[in-house]
Amino acid sequence: MGQFLMPSLGADMEAGTLIEWLKSPGDAVSNGDLIAVVETQKGAIEIEAFEDGILEEYLVGIGKKVPVGTPLAIIRTKGEAPVERAVQEKAPKPEPPVPVPAATSPTPEPAPTPAIPLQTDRVRITPAALRLAQSKGIDPRTLGDIGTGPGGALTLADIERANPPSPVNPMDGMRAAIAAAMTRSKAEIPHYYLAHTVDLTAAQTFVDQTNADRPPEARLLLGALYLKAVAKALRKYTEFNGYLTDGQFHPASAINTGMAITIRGGGLVAPAILDAANLNLDDLMTSMRDLAARVRTGRFRATELTDATITVTSLGERGVDQLFGVIYPPQVAIVGIGTPREHPFAVGGAVEERLTTTITLSADHRVSDGHRGALFLRAIDKHLQKPEKL
Amino acid sequence: MTQTDIETLLKDELHRIAPDIEINEIDRDEDLREEFDIDSLDFLNLVTALGKALNTPMPEADYPQMGTYNEMIAYLTQKTA
Repeated sequence: MGQFLMPSLGADMEAGTLIEWLKSPGDAVSNGDLIAVVETQKGAIEIEAFEDGILEEYLVGIGKKVPVGTPLAIIRTKGEAPVERAVQEKAPKPEPPVPVPAATSPTPEPAPTPAIPLQTDRVRITPAALRLAQSKGIDPRTLGDIGTGPGGALTLADIERANPPSPVNPMDGMRAAIAAAMTRSKAEIPHYYLAHTVDLTAAQTFVDQTNADRPPEARLLLGALYLKAVAKALRKYTEFNGYLTDGQFHPASAINTGMAITIRGGGLVAPAILDAANLNLDDLMTSMRDLAARVRTGRFRATELTDATITVTSLGERGVDQLFGVIYPPQVAIVGIGTPREHPFAVGGAVEERLTTTITLSADHRVSDGHRGALFLRAIDKHLQKPEKL
Repeated sequence: MTQTDIETLLKDELHRIAPDIEINEIDRDEDLREEFDIDSLDFLNLVTALGKALNTPMPEADYPQMGTYNEMIAYLTQKTA
């Protein structure tokens, strides 16, 4: 009998709110199936099952906020007898178990975000009034005894009179989550920093030539070349790819480059592009566009958030010359890529105007040192000089 | 397609990428990407959507003609004329 737990989606997550079940009791589930959607400070995240079996029962109701590690459902593995339903049904319906004390903290939950479906089992409300409440972003549980219908039920008129909750800035939560992770990073990780200026002329020429006769949906961006160059360099410099946990470095077997994506209105996430070193540039572009689109609409998968083994953060076309990233624990390195600009650059004994950028590395001194870091940056540079081989 | 139709399409697509920006609050003769705070991936998605909706190629070499909101309208009007 397996338990399906509220996953930890990064160093900065303590709890999540279950907002949707994608499987019902009795459904077969396989490893990798999407099974539920959880609202976190980073938005709505689809989470996957990690074993094969039958979804036996839900342990947590929609709208419930629970700490990381809380069992959300029971998954019966193949060959196990089903739980004796008849006995359970005669007994009084038990409250869903609340396994972690923090979940019962007496402090009230912060005002719900409008995306959270309403839990109405304890509120008497007419269907029309419920629909109106949902469209106004009002949780009827918060209205108190204002119902004027039969038995104190909330009617359409009651909801019309009720004021929507004052808007809560959803980014405050994300700001706090970023602050917590970065504080931990700066407190625990002995960072060192390196910068290296790279000639991007060959890379840009390759992109221009590739895109010249391609429709927009098939075009490349420099960002795809950066990710591939970093991923290829990591094949050799493995001490920058993995996690430091329990005082030990665990190199990752796969190279999953996290791509920092800003969220409109504030904050950022760095979901992973899985196995980036083995994707060709077109597949990388497809993954990047897909991830960015889903980050913007606020829905992506748990594994994309947790599986990054290193992060790449790029300022794009409208930034500044260089940035030094802060490592996202438990990762051990972050590569920063500045805005490409025309600069005077020495080439073969002459000074020419070239498109250049500054690539930086922030890395964990417990795992590597500047000598290896410098070789890693030079390897990224070398790969960018031969874009046709990426 | 009239210029009004094109403008409606452009507004819709920009709104999809940048729902927090009011078209009326931007300077239509300033850099489109800066006014809407969109990055190169967003811009590529915008061009992809417009090209599909209008069934017109929008080659990368023409990007300089799409620098501002007004330039983009003029470009699309001329392409679909």
